[in-house]
Amino acid sequence: MMASSYNAKEDGHVTVPGGGTIQNKKPDNTAFKQQRLPAWQPILTAGTVLPAFFVIGLIFIPIGIGLYVTSNNIKEFEIDYTGTDMSSPCFNCSQSFSWNSTRPCTCALPFSLEQPFESNVFMYYGLSNFYQNHRRYVKSRDDSQLNGDTTSLMNPSKECEPYARNEKMPIAPCGAIANSMFNDTLDLYYIDPNGTRIQIPLMKKGIAWWTDKHVKFRNPGGNPNLTSAFQGTTKPINWRKPVYELDTDAENNGFINEDFIVWMRTAALPTFRKLYRIIQKKNNMTPTLPRGNYTLEVTYNYPVRSFEGRKRVILSTISWMGGKNPFLGIAYITVGSVCFFLGVVLLIIHHKYGSRNNTADIPN
Amino acid sequence: MLRRRLNRLFGRDERRVDSRTIYVGHRPCPATDAFIPPKFCDNRIVSSKYTVWNFLPKNLFEQFRRIANFYFLIIFLVQVIVDTPTSPVTSGLPLFFVITVTAIKQGYEDWLRHKADNEVNKYLVTVLEDGRRARKESEKIKVGDVVEVVEDETFPCDLILLQSSREDETCFVTTASLDGESNHKTHYTVPDTEKGLESLSATVECEQPQPDLYKFVGRMHIYKNDQEPAVRSLGPENLLLKGATLKNTQKIYGVAVYSGMETKMALNYQGKSQKRSVVEKSINAFLLVYLCILVSKALVCTTLKYVWQSQPGQEEPWYNQKTQKEKDANLYLNMFTDFLSFMVLFNFIIPVSMYVTVEMQKFLGSFFISWDKDFFDPEIQEGALVNTSDLNEELGQVEYVFTDKTGTLTQNSMEFIECCIDGFQYKNRDSSTELDGFCVTDGPVSMLQQKAGREEEELFLRALCLCHTVQVKESTGQEDGVGDQVDGVLGLDGEMVHPAELRGFIASSPDEVALVKGAMKYGFTFLGMESKNMRVMNRDKDVETYELLHVLNFDPVRRRMSVIVRSKCGDIMLFCKGADSSIFPRVRQEEVDRIRMHVERNATEGYRTLCVAYKLLSSEEYAQADAGLREARLALDDREAKLMAVYNQVETGMSLIGATAVEDRLQEEAAETMEALQRAGMKVWVLTGDKMETAKSTCYACRLFQRGTELLELTVRTLEDGGRRREERLHEVLLDYHKRSWTSAKQDYGFIIDGATLSLLFNSSPDSSHYKSLFLQICQNCTTVLCCRMAPLQKAQIVNMVKNSKGSPITLSIGDGANDVSMILEAHIGIGIKGKEGRQAVRNSDYAIPKLKHLKKLLLGHGHLYYVRIAHLVQYFFYKNLCFILPQFLYQFFCGSSQQPLYDAAYLTMYNICFTSMPILAYSLLEQHICMEVLMSNATLYRDVAKNAMLRWSPFLYWTLLGVYQGLLFFFGVRFLFSNPALQDNGQVFGNWSYGTIVFTVLVFTVTLKLAMDTRHWTWINHFVIWGSLAFYMFFSFFWGGIIWPFLRQQRLYFVFANMLRSVSAWLVIILLVLLSLLPEILLLVLRKPRWPHSRQKKPLVQSGEGETQSSARPLLMRTFSDESNTIL
Repeated sequence: MMASSYNAKEDGHVTVPGGGTIQNKKPDNTAFKQQRLPAWQPILTAGTVLPAFFVIGLIFIPIGIGLYVTSNNIKEFEIDYTGTDMSSPCFNCSQSFSWNSTRPCTCALPFSLEQPFESNVFMYYGLSNFYQNHRRYVKSRDDSQLNGDTTSLMNPSKECEPYARNEKMPIAPCGAIANSMFNDTLDLYYIDPNGTRIQIPLMKKGIAWWTDKHVKFRNPGGNPNLTSAFQGTTKPINWRKPVYELDTDAENNGFINEDFIVWMRTAALPTFRKLYRIIQKKNNMTPTLPRGNYTLEVTYNYPVRSFEGRKRVILSTISWMGGKNPFLGIAYITVGSVCFFLGVVLLIIHHKYGSRNNTADIPN
Repeated sequence: MLRRRLNRLFGRDERRVDSRTIYVGHRPCPATDAFIPPKFCDNRIVSSKYTVWNFLPKNLFEQFRRIANFYFLIIFLVQVIVDTPTSPVTSGLPLFFVITVTAIKQGYEDWLRHKADNEVNKYLVTVLEDGRRARKESEKIKVGDVVEVVEDETFPCDLILLQSSREDETCFVTTASLDGESNHKTHYTVPDTEKGLESLSATVECEQPQPDLYKFVGRMHIYKNDQEPAVRSLGPENLLLKGATLKNTQKIYGVAVYSGMETKMALNYQGKSQKRSVVEKSINAFLLVYLCILVSKALVCTTLKYVWQSQPGQEEPWYNQKTQKEKDANLYLNMFTDFLSFMVLFNFIIPVSMYVTVEMQKFLGSFFISWDKDFFDPEIQEGALVNTSDLNEELGQVEYVFTDKTGTLTQNSMEFIECCIDGFQYKNRDSSTELDGFCVTDGPVSMLQQKAGREEEELFLRALCLCHTVQVKESTGQEDGVGDQVDGVLGLDGEMVHPAELRGFIASSPDEVALVKGAMKYGFTFLGMESKNMRVMNRDKDVETYELLHVLNFDPVRRRMSVIVRSKCGDIMLFCKGADSSIFPRVRQEEVDRIRMHVERNATEGYRTLCVAYKLLSSEEYAQADAGLREARLALDDREAKLMAVYNQVETGMSLIGATAVEDRLQEEAAETMEALQRAGMKVWVLTGDKMETAKSTCYACRLFQRGTELLELTVRTLEDGGRRREERLHEVLLDYHKRSWTSAKQDYGFIIDGATLSLLFNSSPDSSHYKSLFLQICQNCTTVLCCRMAPLQKAQIVNMVKNSKGSPITLSIGDGANDVSMILEAHIGIGIKGKEGRQAVRNSDYAIPKLKHLKKLLLGHGHLYYVRIAHLVQYFFYKNLCFILPQFLYQFFCGSSQQPLYDAAYLTMYNICFTSMPILAYSLLEQHICMEVLMSNATLYRDVAKNAMLRWSPFLYWTLLGVYQGLLFFFGVRFLFSNPALQDNGQVFGNWSYGTIVFTVLVFTVTLKLAMDTRHWTWINHFVIWGSLAFYMFFSFFWGGIIWPFLRQQRLYFVFANMLRSVSAWLVIILLVLLSLLPEILLLVLRKPRWPHSRQKKPLVQSGEGETQSSARPLLMRTFSDESNTIL
């Protein structure tokens, strides 16, 4: 006890600055030490802020209008194919779902577009009440396995549990995210006015982030033969085919399959959409999707009834600001107007009461 | 430490007696039958806390005793044990950093202590062993060893002086390193020991070690060849303390009585009780609120989670199965771990970094005080001293200032003004020293006017020459002593040699020097001591010698001192000087009446008065007194009380021969400072041991009492007025004053109370608390309270009373002497003035300044700024963490309450450490929302921050609401944006990490810009740090997302930030949200703003006008109007 109380300096008692050594010494007369560093001392007054308010108002309102118009010009069509209703063509598929069925259940949904989609059309699938952002789900992946690391391939991270191994075989790709990959197949047919079904070509490239496709996701080994590269692993439990059979195109197979990569980017909210296909504009003469009737053919593999989820398909054009979302435009217009209004109010206040305080800055 | 405990257990407790016996030189003595060498602790000084072996565990233990560290340790452990959303690194890394830095700092300090200890312990000293001189390491000295010390060496342990090389059996010592008093003190050898140390056979019986430096009682038995042992009393004058230095003496021998950790020095190095600032209390209160928020958030989330999971298909949908282990876990255990996980997820709301930043701010900030050149006093070549950095902000919160008078308000450089002999007034003034011109009109009278009889005059002057403890400075022989201590001025490098005075005097009190010098002016010069003979040169240049028989020391209770001398012709005389109140009752009444008038007049004029009395002792009387004194001095117990009794007995029936008046000039700018403090809303209390009249006039001079101030006086005089019992009267007067002070609000009141009445107030048992509260209420309505005739303890009592009164106001004590230490320690902030009465006050203070006038800048300038800085720092920290964590909390509603973090782990960790820490630190060190000059010249600005204004609940609520508003905005703004996650022009979608990154980017920008908006003082450092940390955030995000990190299994942020920047929508939403978050701030700022420029421009003008009219006059003219007219009796 004695020894600890003997010290003049206690814990938390910060050491004495200026003690001992500084004694008997005149303090330095530097600007810093005397707290006289040259300083800019802005004073916000109604006078200085007023123009700012007007400027903000004047900038924000046009941007807002621009955003709003842009968003409004985006064409978006959404169709729910969950099949919860008796009337829905997919009702049977949704009811009779089983993981083991060998024969895929298909259903066709007719719909019509009132307006033609002029530019490139982006086809999304949307899921609702699907918690891709659940913690247990989000962490259930192994990025080093997906990056082509062979040791991780054979020894998936324990974060992937319970989807790390299946009967002692390592699962590739491991984890809940990969296991629950969206596997409905969606095909779009245009019904010609004279009744013929024309399949619309869907492009499956360019739907994933470039960096994901080329850097973050890599197939294991340098082996062009994926079957041997994935030797010793097994497919995720819920998958119908192994990862190296996702696509026939070698550039889109295995871990670098873009559908897979898109799925692996977990969504922020329980209702989300993911890019499925792109419908490229053919030429300037014809719209990408002309006005008329269409059929959506669904190979119904993905069960959502158990958690009361919904599935839908969204066809949308895209502008410079992304998909259709009026929020930004409205927000900008509102904020701009509020600023403008405040500017006016302040101007009145300024003129009535604060005319004395014209000095904006007092120089140091 | 353990050793000491053991010592205490085995070595000491069995001999748990009140005294210890020491065998000088370990020689057995004839009287004792069996010589058992007693065990005492060795002479090792251990000031270090740790050894190499116990450093780690002990330091860690000490660090985790701090509640904050412990909290973070718990969080860390929870993260390690429970499966939590964030990795243990996020909280472990900062904690590790903090702990390591602290440990390194403390380790280094301890290493320094080890070094210092070793220097002391390994120091070679000379010990006499069986007649031979042996060199030994200091730590090997045992109690009972005879130690040799040469000049300028420090004593290795507490020694009883046995033999000195000086002829007069004395030695000189300076105790500068112990109590700061650097004057030379004389210590005496024990009589009869000086011859033949080798053969000396003696025992020393003395009390057990105790920390009081000035108390020592002991007895020495000297055995000589089968004679009856001679007994000598030992007092503090025989004891040489470890740490003191031998001066002016070639060498001495002494026997060690206390060693090592039992020396008085070691016992005195108690750590000061740690003072906590109100800000810290506020922090703790806020912490509690945030802790509640944290717990309730965690509870809400846990509840929600289980409610959500109870819906079918939600707990374990097919796509998100649990592991077997999770399935098997107990439900309640799961709930608990979930709760803990949420706690961990939200724990960032109480950041480690706040503690670190606050500590850094305080530590670095206090440098500005010691760097301030305005605090530098060229006279003593020193600036301000900061003893603790914990209280910087408290300087901006002071409500009550308790100031000592002597040496604080006044200069304590005494000048003999006049004396009064036998009722006649003698004046001697140099016009040059006069400031107000009041007395100059009388004309300087340099010759003593022949008014009283020559005999009385000479008796009086002799009394002045003899009745003191002044030493004459020897200017021959001691080279080092030259210019060291002259005139009782304890300057360290004192260039204080007065050219006019060739003779220097050394004394513990400047009054005595003034008196001796005063006598010198009238022709009686004190020449010094020559082996117990005092030599005085009289007017006829003859040297008179007086044998000094006894000195009856001064003490503050008796308030007087006496000497008993024998003149050449054999007359034994007692001279006594002291305060009038203590002298008057002991002299004849008719003499008193003649002199009382002069004394009172002098006192009103602000002089310190002393009365001088004298008594001729018959030889019988002397013999009796002598015997009494000797007996009392030999007593081991209650020596003080016994001595006091003898003193009182001797000092009776004296005749009063005169009185002296000594002027104590006001400190520079004392009045201006006091006025500024009062304008700043502080109440100034003067606590002094001085007389009421003197103190009152000082108060007038300092403008504490103004012309219009109505004085309420509560002293012994007022109480005795009615002729009734004091208690009854006290009640009556108190009630009357209470009524009066509460009814008229406009009138300024001053309150005067004296020590006796105060103790009556405190000690009258039944109504004490009632009286106290009445007293306090009166005082609260008075601008100034004057407490005179205070004992040091009473000063502390008063401070304590005010400190604990309603609203617990912040108190500040300022003083310069040892008698102020108690109040300095008692008050929230203790300020020591580097004055003339030693360094004890400085040592015990939290801040030390050279002059009173520096108090103004310390409080109004530094204090105000520090308060604003730290208050803003604290509020800002809570705010920025609230809006950091709130989105994360809200996200739980959208992710099934699954503890999914919104932000990446790197962001969670770095937010408080890197992205937002530096700007606020720079702000809290450099901000000057109003520049120093304006603060100083416009004292009323201090009231703006009074009563913890920036850390009360309403500003806290404001900041919290701001945080909530912004948090909501961040989250929902991005939430609405993400209602369509296709945010890029190529149709690709963003995921959850993009969501978090956008929110985080908005957050970092908003929080930093908010600080930028609050910054009123943009130095280049602020610019650098604010824009720098934003740039760093951008850089870091690119870097963190730009690489596939090896060894990490998750690459969550890979190119997320870069992709975010490619999206126009993300840019637009970031700009929108940042602006919208700051909009209310901007609006408030604009609407609130007009106050500042107003006070900036207007007030200084008013002030300068006031300053001119008031600053010049040093209003001793206050003397001219009768203060009686203002006093209500």
